Amino acid sequence: MSKYIYYPGCSMEGSGKAYHDSLMPVCAKLELELDKINDWNCCGATEYLGINKLPAYALIGRNLAIAEQQVNGVQDIVAPCSACYLNLTKADHAMHSDPKMNEQVNEALAAGGLHYTPGSVGIRHLLDVLLYDIGLVTIKEKVSRPLRGLRVAPYVGCMAPRLNYTASWSDREQPLELDILLEALGAEVVDYPLKTHCCGGHMPQISPNTAYELIHRLINYAEEVQADMMVAICPMCQMNIDAYQSQVNQHLGTTHAMPIVFFTQLMGLAFGMDAEVLGFGTELVSAEKALVKIDNVEIPAKNKRIRKDKYALPMPQPLGNGIPADGKNGKEAH
Amino acid sequence: MTKHNGASPKEKIGVYVCHCGTNISGTVDVEDVAQWAAEKLEHRGVIVARDYKFMCSSLGQELIEKDIKELGLTRVVVAACSPHLHEKTFRTACENAGLNPYLCELVSIREQVSWVHTDKVAATAKSKAVISGGVERVIWHEPLEAMSVPIHPATLVVGGGIAGIQATLEIANAGYPVYLVEREPSIGGHMAQFDKTFPTLDCSACILTPKMVEVGTHPNVTLMTWTDVEKVDGYVGNFDVTVRQKARKVDTELCTGCGICEEKCPKNVIDNVYEAGLGYRKAIYTPFPQAVPNYPVMDLENCIYFDTGKCKACEKFCPTHAIDFEQEDEIIEFQVGNIILATGYDMFDARKMSNYGYGRLKNVFTSLEFERMCNASGPTEGKIVLRDGVTTPKTVGIIHCVGSRDKNHNEYCSSICCMQSLKFAHLVHERTGANVYNFYIDIRTPGKGYDEFYTRVIEEGTSFVRGKVAEVTNAARQPGERRKLIVQVEDTLIGKQRRIPVDMVILSAGLEPPHDAKEVAKRFGISCSADGWYIEKHPKLDPIATMTEGIYIAGCVQGPKDIPASVAQGAAASARILGKIQQGEMAMEPIRASVLDEQCSGCRICNDLCPYNAILFHEETMVSEINPALCQGCGTCVAACPAGAITGAGFSNEQVLAQIEGLLAYA
Repeated sequence: MSKYIYYPGCSMEGSGKAYHDSLMPVCAKLELELDKINDWNCCGATEYLGINKLPAYALIGRNLAIAEQQVNGVQDIVAPCSACYLNLTKADHAMHSDPKMNEQVNEALAAGGLHYTPGSVGIRHLLDVLLYDIGLVTIKEKVSRPLRGLRVAPYVGCMAPRLNYTASWSDREQPLELDILLEALGAEVVDYPLKTHCCGGHMPQISPNTAYELIHRLINYAEEVQADMMVAICPMCQMNIDAYQSQVNQHLGTTHAMPIVFFTQLMGLAFGMDAEVLGFGTELVSAEKALVKIDNVEIPAKNKRIRKDKYALPMPQPLGNGIPADGKNGKEAH
Repeated sequence: MTKHNGASPKEKIGVYVCHCGTNISGTVDVEDVAQWAAEKLEHRGVIVARDYKFMCSSLGQELIEKDIKELGLTRVVVAACSPHLHEKTFRTACENAGLNPYLCELVSIREQVSWVHTDKVAATAKSKAVISGGVERVIWHEPLEAMSVPIHPATLVVGGGIAGIQATLEIANAGYPVYLVEREPSIGGHMAQFDKTFPTLDCSACILTPKMVEVGTHPNVTLMTWTDVEKVDGYVGNFDVTVRQKARKVDTELCTGCGICEEKCPKNVIDNVYEAGLGYRKAIYTPFPQAVPNYPVMDLENCIYFDTGKCKACEKFCPTHAIDFEQEDEIIEFQVGNIILATGYDMFDARKMSNYGYGRLKNVFTSLEFERMCNASGPTEGKIVLRDGVTTPKTVGIIHCVGSRDKNHNEYCSSICCMQSLKFAHLVHERTGANVYNFYIDIRTPGKGYDEFYTRVIEEGTSFVRGKVAEVTNAARQPGERRKLIVQVEDTLIGKQRRIPVDMVILSAGLEPPHDAKEVAKRFGISCSADGWYIEKHPKLDPIATMTEGIYIAGCVQGPKDIPASVAQGAAASARILGKIQQGEMAMEPIRASVLDEQCSGCRICNDLCPYNAILFHEETMVSEINPALCQGCGTCVAACPAGAITGAGFSNEQVLAQIEGLLAYA
């Protein structure tokens, strides 16, 4: 039984409910115990930090301070939402590297009888914990219905790997964690070079035309490589691509119908759980047609022998991505 | 402040304060300092104190010499620049006037005072304090005699690239023996991989191979390829070198270099060294047709016989029975007087910049891959084609500064990439007629004929886009981008984001120190900069020597540089060594540490601290001994010895403590 302090974030109760609904049974299956931060509050999303850093860090710091009290042998906070994960790591980093900020945030926290020592708890994204702590071997063991025949585009989004304060990700721009996890579930993972490109963030509210263009690019390329669906690790990415797809079509004259689901939903499916309990059906662009493809694929009787072109030049060998074969790297949170 | 002063207070000391033009006098009131020293330090033995515009000028030196002769000075303190610059000048002046040169002390009031302060009053006060420290110290100085060591006439050159080759030939042609050690199967280095050299576009092999052949056949050169240096002991003039000649599994006495073994070997291996991963070699191979020596080596990791116990095709077909599966590595020891390290560079691993897609996008190539592609003896026989091996690109993008001038990777400029990229642009034009884009941050073409070459490439029609490329992607947005590589870049001259579709991208990867540069530096007792390049004795005035006597550096291992600069350094290092060899022996600074046997507890703390490997531990007597020829007088061991058993001539505890006391008295 692995135990973590859990920071759910507001999305898990609203737009990302399918994420929450799928995460709970998946955690149970993987014997992952999540202990919610008592009376947690907003992470500030993207708005607070853009205006004034001190109140923003104090807001985030409150969660970290409570988590620190709650630690009790458990070292790491796990956040399923990339925005929450980023804000928690950003606040921790800012307090760690700027003594004045540390002092001011703690002065604010003291008003509520709280205190936070930067670096005292580890802050992890859910995908990081599943891949590196639980490990691919364990995940593969639980797979009872491999997602054969399902072509998925792994869409990581920008907030988890790009700043990478905790140095948890294999690469800032082309991280492979999600690819590897989805492959372990038996899905066919397409090379999706836009995996850390912007989903538009809060642009749908501020500048819808900008957002439509960004969302269109992501879906367009997923279609280009014939993905059946996109897979997200962040509620904001999922919401933008799912909820604004019809508006994108309306404004740009496109006919996109690309479902996007959370990776935990696909994990649950591969673990043999029912689609309904995993929040399938709540997405606006239905994933139903895509899901039919699972195991419904004709496997050619004889594997065609791949003809090696005699003129072709060798490709460079890939750089080791630091993800060990058993998926566990035994790294400490700090 | 006099409690330490056990020596005679009756030393006659002269203090000389330099203006250094306005370098010092601009911030320090030098007249006041000199006057102060004459008055306030008189009781310490200062009988004369003068200031002068340039103490280092011949007139300045004559001033000191005259005082020594006429006033009978027994100690001299010069307050001027850092001892690195002029200590030798003033010691010589003292010697000329009949005073032991080690009775002179240089106090730095330029680097440590005037250049780092702006407050004239405080700087003047600080100058006085450090001069007081210098006066207290010099009282404790003792006359020292320089020691001399014989110089062995042989030289070791490590690394058989163009810098090492040049150095080897200069020394060998002067009539002295050279050992050239190279870890690859052939000499030639990176230059042997290139097709054309900038800016003249002469054929790289055509100008290099005559020199390689000369090295291979020179009677004064012992060429050892497929060999690593294992150990270096000793000191300048007398190094004991141990090398490991790896087993080639080929008897070089019998081998004729006919190449039948290579032809018959059934195993194809991607050649990551010579072909930069773009081509194949066999498990027994000579890296290229003009290799020197022209004997193959067996790659044991990939040999089928060593893997499965079967095959031996090479042995069966070898007409002279030169294949020897039983051959072992050979350890060879020899003596040399001087060493040149010319170990070159590695390419920056472009896979680390995942936004440029190298390793993921098949038509992204590195500069070294492209060099091999252009080379007539390379995998495509000089044809410029895409990764499929047949399609000629219609548009090519060349990205500069990959891994260089980038705080995420290397902050320095790799110096050769601009010219290399311009050369590539020219070659693509000439051979394919394709459109070429060069994506650059700044164009740097400072060499002879370089900027003219830049103009030529512009006139040929290459497009130059100024801006650091954000991304190379295959994710098309527009119909015209499909099945292309798209270079996303901010064109900073027009202030706009651009997406330029191309068929092929060449990454002009930067230069990095060899991956094992640190270990090698430690083995030879020299140091690396923060970037990992070997540190020269002086960045401007002595770029080929190191702080360790007898060890010289040449070529890229000192920092990125082009072929002419590498050749110049190779030649310069050998000229310096030839001078030493011809003297037969050399005088060494007597500033050395020594161990008092009876006080040494044998704790060995000093052994590992010594940066020059100068300290030897005697197991039988349980004491450490300092080899005076190896010791460079840095003082690390003196400070570290818990028993106070180590003293340094020229930096004894008494001297250092007296200096501190003197300094604190006026601080």
